[in-house]
Amino acid sequence: MIDIALVFAFVTVGAAQVMAMIRLMRGPHIGDRILALDTMVINAIALIVLIGVQWGTQMYFESGMIIAMLGFISTVALARFVLRGDIIE
Amino acid sequence: MTEYLEIAAAISLFIGGFFTLVGSIGLLKVDTPMSRLHAPTKASTLGVGALLLGSMLAAFARGEGSLHQVLILAFLFVTAPITANFIAKVHLHGRTSQKSPPPPPTGGQWATYDTPQDETRKPVEGN
Amino acid sequence: MTRLFPHPFLTLILIVVWCLLSQAFTLGTVVFGTILGIILPFVTAAFWPDRPKISNPFKLLVYIVIVVYDIIVANVVVAAIILFKSNAARRPAWVPIPLELKSPEAITVLAGTITLTPGTVSVDLSEDGRSLLVHALDAPDPDGVRDDIKSRYESRLKEIFE
Repeated sequence: MIDIALVFAFVTVGAAQVMAMIRLMRGPHIGDRILALDTMVINAIALIVLIGVQWGTQMYFESGMIIAMLGFISTVALARFVLRGDIIE
Repeated sequence: MTEYLEIAAAISLFIGGFFTLVGSIGLLKVDTPMSRLHAPTKASTLGVGALLLGSMLAAFARGEGSLHQVLILAFLFVTAPITANFIAKVHLHGRTSQKSPPPPPTGGQWATYDTPQDETRKPVEGN
Repeated sequence: MTRLFPHPFLTLILIVVWCLLSQAFTLGTVVFGTILGIILPFVTAAFWPDRPKISNPFKLLVYIVIVVYDIIVANVVVAAIILFKSNAARRPAWVPIPLELKSPEAITVLAGTITLTPGTVSVDLSEDGRSLLVHALDAPDPDGVRDDIKSRYESRLKEIFE
């Protein structure tokens, strides 16, 4: 039961990652690209969590946490740079 | 008990995968930049939330209960509105939407358009 | 006492987060978490000059339950809009909301709530902080969205924070 759900989740999250990548390449405005990058970070966390479930280990929790933090900071820094032309004023 | 936990974990994994996919479909399909913001910031948050819940339930089903996925979950739920707000401000600043927003009902203007009069903080031109 | 514990709630959260991070609930982690929970708020006290007044903690719990329920219901609605509604049929709209809330913490919580409940994103605050700009994904009736937010979230937050 859980194996089928895992395969389904891997496929959907992987497809979501590819779609976000297409938006990253096409995205007409810079805001769209930042949004696509943010979505890719969230999907990457989802993939790491799924690998943790698949291999039955809790080891990957820290990497998920660190990617969540780095993704948040980098998204805010990018958006702030576009908004103000500077990150720390 | 273990079977129920496994079934619950499988259901949350299904739900999480579905919502993550819907978030990215919305990112591709929706046409205007402001509306595009809606799909991934929220559908993905609930999607990852359900996936983390599934991972937690699966860990409990294996008998090594762990709660630290709650930390990632809380972090994502606290930061999602902030990133969405920043990206929306980028859209507002770049005037990417066809319809510009109406002025505030209480007078004045929106904070993003408010250029500081201070000499040391010159407004950024262009972009 | 106030000097030593500028933010008792923050201290409590730090202890819980430390125990979750080290994946153990033993005496050692609790003691070390308490040390962190005393040192960190003390060192960073300059960044948090005021303590937000929460007059009604029980109503805060009710509010959290309502928001979680709304997030789940509204996510399904937004998923349906994304999957089954064409771009031409959608009616995106700007919804300016005049605010009655005064304290910055309450406005922050309101903006976060609006963004987390799908279908609406809080975009900007007016320069005097008295109105909030919200973008709705599919709102044939923008005034209805405004009244909904005001009656469902803002009135409750007003009771909690003021």
